[in-house]
Amino acid sequence: MSYLHLAIVSPLLFAIFIPFFHNGFRRVHTGWFALPLPILLFIYFLSFLPETMSQKTVMASLEWIPSLGMNFTAKVDGLGLLFALLISGIGALVILYSIYYLAKDKERLNHFYVYLLLFMGAMLGVVLSDNLIVMYAFWELTSFSSFLLIGYWYERERSRYGAQKSMLITVFGGLAMLGGIILLYVMTGTFSMTEIILSANQIFNHALFIPALLCILLGAFTKSAQFPFYIWLPDAMEAPTPVSAYLHSATMVKAGIYLVARFTPVFGESSVWFLLVGGVGLLTLIWGSFFAVKQTDLKAILAFSTVSQLGLIMSLLGVGAAALHFEALDDNIFTIAIMAAIFHLINHATFKGSLFMAAGIVDHETGTRDIRNLGGLIHLMPITFTVSLIGAFSMAGIPPFNGFLSKEMFFTAMIQVTEMNIFNLETWGILFPVLAWIASIFTFVYSMIFIFKTFTGKFQPEKLAKKPHEAPIGMLISPLILVSLVIIFGFFPNLLSNSLIAPAMAAILPNLLGAGDEFDVHIYFWHGPNLELLMTLGVMVLGYILFKTYPKWGNIYKRIPEGLSLNRLYDGLLKGSQTGSNKLMNRYMTGSIRSYLLYIFGFFIILLLGVLLRENAFKVDTSNVSDIGIYELVLVLFIAVGSISILFVKSRMTSIILLGSVGYTVSLFYVLFRAPDLALTQLVIETISVSLFLLCFYHLPKLRKLETRMRFRLTNAVISIGVGAVVTVIALSAHSNKLFDSISQYYVENTYVEAAGKNMVNVILVDFRGFDTLFEITVLAIASLGIFGMIKLKNRGKEG
Amino acid sequence: MRKVNNIILETSLKVLLFIIALYSVYIFTAGHYYPGGGFIGGLMTSGALVLLLITYDIETVAKILPVNYRFLTATGLLIAIATSAGAILFNVPFLTHVFTDVQLPVLGELSLHTATLFDLGVYLVVIGVTMTIIQTIGGDE
Repeated sequence: MSYLHLAIVSPLLFAIFIPFFHNGFRRVHTGWFALPLPILLFIYFLSFLPETMSQKTVMASLEWIPSLGMNFTAKVDGLGLLFALLISGIGALVILYSIYYLAKDKERLNHFYVYLLLFMGAMLGVVLSDNLIVMYAFWELTSFSSFLLIGYWYERERSRYGAQKSMLITVFGGLAMLGGIILLYVMTGTFSMTEIILSANQIFNHALFIPALLCILLGAFTKSAQFPFYIWLPDAMEAPTPVSAYLHSATMVKAGIYLVARFTPVFGESSVWFLLVGGVGLLTLIWGSFFAVKQTDLKAILAFSTVSQLGLIMSLLGVGAAALHFEALDDNIFTIAIMAAIFHLINHATFKGSLFMAAGIVDHETGTRDIRNLGGLIHLMPITFTVSLIGAFSMAGIPPFNGFLSKEMFFTAMIQVTEMNIFNLETWGILFPVLAWIASIFTFVYSMIFIFKTFTGKFQPEKLAKKPHEAPIGMLISPLILVSLVIIFGFFPNLLSNSLIAPAMAAILPNLLGAGDEFDVHIYFWHGPNLELLMTLGVMVLGYILFKTYPKWGNIYKRIPEGLSLNRLYDGLLKGSQTGSNKLMNRYMTGSIRSYLLYIFGFFIILLLGVLLRENAFKVDTSNVSDIGIYELVLVLFIAVGSISILFVKSRMTSIILLGSVGYTVSLFYVLFRAPDLALTQLVIETISVSLFLLCFYHLPKLRKLETRMRFRLTNAVISIGVGAVVTVIALSAHSNKLFDSISQYYVENTYVEAAGKNMVNVILVDFRGFDTLFEITVLAIASLGIFGMIKLKNRGKEG
Repeated sequence: MRKVNNIILETSLKVLLFIIALYSVYIFTAGHYYPGGGFIGGLMTSGALVLLLITYDIETVAKILPVNYRFLTATGLLIAIATSAGAILFNVPFLTHVFTDVQLPVLGELSLHTATLFDLGVYLVVIGVTMTIIQTIGGDE
């Protein structure tokens, strides 16, 4: 086990000790114990920077189930490291923030930090595992720990609802992803990501390519809250705000982004991938930004904004995959989309984290998150206001913050879509920049709403639960660090370009680089007066107008029927599947034995008849048949008359006697067919069972003693005739298809020689096949004890 | 209820019972060579006992034959399993039977077969089972 493995699982191991710290040191906030770990991890992961910068990949393998090709292979490359740094870095900031956010004596802190560390370890495992099965295991662990965190205040109904919803949706996608991983294994014979990328060509021409692609994308889209699976994210806002900041803005929702980026070398060349990732991303972007404007809850705005920004990154990854088509170009301008995606991924983590924390502060200090009750907090909370302002301006794409730069690159990438001469993009590719531009306008609007509705306008202290004041300094440290990163990355974007972005690009597009090459990443502040700049200006102007006139046009949201929403669909599906399965159950599980017998016999007929017809096995061969004598005919007539009249007699007594007569005729058959032992036994047993029947008959309750003929039911008749016919046909065919001689010759020869007996039946029963007899007498013993128990012990329950 | 004086039944039982019992023992012992065996022999013996039950009542029969038939079932099963498992002691597979001719002082030359012991187990189980069932159901009021 290398240090790298230890680093990945260290949060999981550390989580074990959290409850001891919590119970042992009551006076210290448990978060302080959890805080050092992510800081150490962050520093440890920083030490990998030089190696990834020189395009090296660090691999360490640990055997888990080698016979199945499942080994815990840790792999640090540019992409994995970028995510690991985000996870540990923001993890540390979030823990610091949560120390001040969660009260020491009111909350179950041990639960919180155990779940959070579980999540952190799982996330590190997802991004640093090379083996897909291991990655999947960690992936599900993120779903579970996120479920626990969303339902942290489990006494609230909405928390439980949100937790269940996110669980159902992400686990649904996770299972689909597992299917995709297995399909990839079928195609390549390995679970190793590195090897799968190497055999990308072979996969591309495989018949299972599209199913695997769809399964993997389903996993990525559900986790990253893409359309139409984004619905769990707004409901996940019931979690404590540090959780929302960590999971639902910076890390977990980016697991899907990670997955898409990771699989770009495998699937990226396909047009399906381009259309789905790019198209769904764009749709999510515009949908999320449009509905974010409608929200009145601060965290809901941020949730929809996260959905929309994830769509942005996703669409960039989709467009960037097109770069794989232009390998021949010397200066491949299409890689800019991937660059923009990575850059925006980092930027989004910084500004969204700080915005969530700011929203948490507002909630914590005023007691509400509803923007209709908030306003005029600018003088009361100047620092929070500054944080929000920078974060929101960066989100809206206003210079000089980092969001502006990635937004510009986003526009550049989208404009370039129209220049691609693949997939017919030269005609309808114009949709890409147009939709992106409209979405950006809405992004601008909700960013403005977020700041100005909260911090400016009229102060309404009567609507607030608490007397608002600035947050304690500890709560402000983390958001301040994050917004300072927003500014630093805004002014010095090239700090990131060589250290993080270029290695990550090399990991996403490994085939585009020659040996020793590097992606040339230069992020310029000033591009000159080009189309992108005009678009940004247009966004600001139009966005400002829309924000000012929002009260006038905001009504259109009310016109959108509530029934069309995807939440309604989800709830309907959930409820419908419950009531539907209930109805189905009630329909066929009637509780009546008659129906179950109908199913069993009906299935019996269909199955056997079907097999007979399919195999064409029906055959009647009379060459091997004995002559029929007059005695047999008479006896058959007796049995037929006896058993058919049972159906038509009125009295139960008569049917019992008829049944007895059938039994005695059977023993006559044994006599006729020379089976004296059977005949003797059959006679005695028939006598006993008829007397038992009579005994039961005598004890029938008086109430039900109606002497009626059996009712005729068509289904019963059809089924019973069918069963009879099928069995007859099978008996005839089986007799006609005898393949081997009987083994009875052995018994005939050896009964006396080996077993010193002359009654072959008895010798078989006690000697050759005595084992069966042993258990048959056991069956008899059990039956008698059962009867004894039923009758003698029947009142015991009532007395006791 | 007036007790019916069924002297004819009782008298004929005294003759018939032993004939039936003898016949059932015959059928049991002859099983290896002629039709019969433990199963039908056991049924026949319980037939004799049932006749006894029909003639007298359960308490009287219990006084005449103080047998707990559930113990009889268990004994039968034990004999059958012991016969089967005994083979293991002699390092042969489960349920291997042996037979040998023996010269006995009174009975003369006899062929003894462990299969008969197994059949004895069957015989006892069948009597035990049938009588348990009939007594339980018959005694339930």
